Amino acid sequence: MVSYLPIFVLIALAIGLGFLLANLSRFLGPFRPSAKKGLIYESGMDPVGSAHDRFSVKFYLVAMLFILFDIEVVFMYPWAVNYKELILETNSLFPLYEMLTFIGILFVGYIYVFKKGGLKWV
Amino acid sequence: MELYSQILLIFPVLLVLITLAAYGSYAERRVAAAFQQRVGPNRVGPFGLLQPLADVLKLMIKEDVTPANADKLLHFLSPIISVATAMIMFGVIPLAKFGDSFLVISDVNIGILYLLGVTSVSVYGITLAGWASNGKYSLLGGLRASAQMISYELPLGLAVVSVIILTNARMPMGSDFLSVTSIVEAQRGAWNLFINPLGFIIFYICVLAESARTPFDLVEAEQELVGGFHTEYSSLKFGMFMVVEFLHLVIPPAIITTVFLGGYLGPFEGALGVAQWGNTAQILWGLGWFLTKTFTIAFTFMWIRWTLPRFKYNQLMDLGWKRLLPLALINLVVVAIGAAIYVFQTAG
Repeated sequence: MVSYLPIFVLIALAIGLGFLLANLSRFLGPFRPSAKKGLIYESGMDPVGSAHDRFSVKFYLVAMLFILFDIEVVFMYPWAVNYKELILETNSLFPLYEMLTFIGILFVGYIYVFKKGGLKWV
Repeated sequence: MELYSQILLIFPVLLVLITLAAYGSYAERRVAAAFQQRVGPNRVGPFGLLQPLADVLKLMIKEDVTPANADKLLHFLSPIISVATAMIMFGVIPLAKFGDSFLVISDVNIGILYLLGVTSVSVYGITLAGWASNGKYSLLGGLRASAQMISYELPLGLAVVSVIILTNARMPMGSDFLSVTSIVEAQRGAWNLFINPLGFIIFYICVLAESARTPFDLVEAEQELVGGFHTEYSSLKFGMFMVVEFLHLVIPPAIITTVFLGGYLGPFEGALGVAQWGNTAQILWGLGWFLTKTFTIAFTFMWIRWTLPRFKYNQLMDLGWKRLLPLALINLVVVAIGAAIYVFQTAG
């Protein structure tokens, strides 16, 4: 029988352990905050501006490409799980050809992104 | 296994994981020293065996500093997310088989999806740590981490699909093809390493990148980013990120072992008649092989760390997107063709 209960108990215990560890040094260690201590580390210089600023657009591009391709990978899971059954049922290589078509379309998209320079980092 | 014994199993597993993480740091430092012809930590206790304990004690009594303009809540939560996601991965990994049951916390029928999902969530711990600290080094570390991890998740996912096809082709109809125990049981004839070697290489590289170990440790590249995402962490919160780093010396090797090296399966099980042994003997046999394989892979992780230099970021992205992703697609097609031939042959 499949039970998710042990998994939930494990998750609860792991989070509880995390909270315990994160709070432990608050009781065991000293606590003497000061203005200088609250500064972020910037190699010993006074910090310039905030870090919550604009950053390279390439990180957004990678994230969007990831979502596109990852969804297409997700579509392959139901196919992989039913692969043998589909082959035996149709008694042909139709499930294979079908997935080859899918991967082919995916690959055309990949080539397009490649040629557009979407994968170029520098 | 009974439900209560599954829940009871959680406690020794968590305890052993924490101990292994602590001694992972010791092993890593001793192995590093050996590779560099140094001695390594050998002062605290016999052979320096108490070194991890001393390190943890030192971190515990240090002041916990939160930067003044940091996002306090996220700064507090992100180490917890990191530690928790690293630990709960072990929930679906089978450690041994006895009789018809498995020594596993829970054999959920979507085990491999659970592993992939938890891997995705673990990205948040590092990314949020970098963002919440509000420091430039931390932010860059966190951004690099998220871009790197999601990039390598694609070939990782494709390698897993190829493994699922192989599981599907070899297991009897109607089993749970996504459960981790069927992935191991399907390898009874031949490990996935031998029938899907390219998939193994892709999976290995991606797991290395997902756990941000050298040569993929741009997340915390000391020379450029000080400490990367954990620059602004001190005391035990910093210690928690270290725990995660050394858990990454145990759990990813355990996953590689399970998915590609036959997990708890040992050689000559049929000839030795392992299935007829007593429960304790079977558990010891399975656990022994599982740990042997896991520690061997962990040693190769360390070996790679102290052999290869770190990638540049553009090289890292090129490897992920331009090499591994098309390679993983090709591997998937090859495996699918091979599995179709196998299915036709076995069906007669």
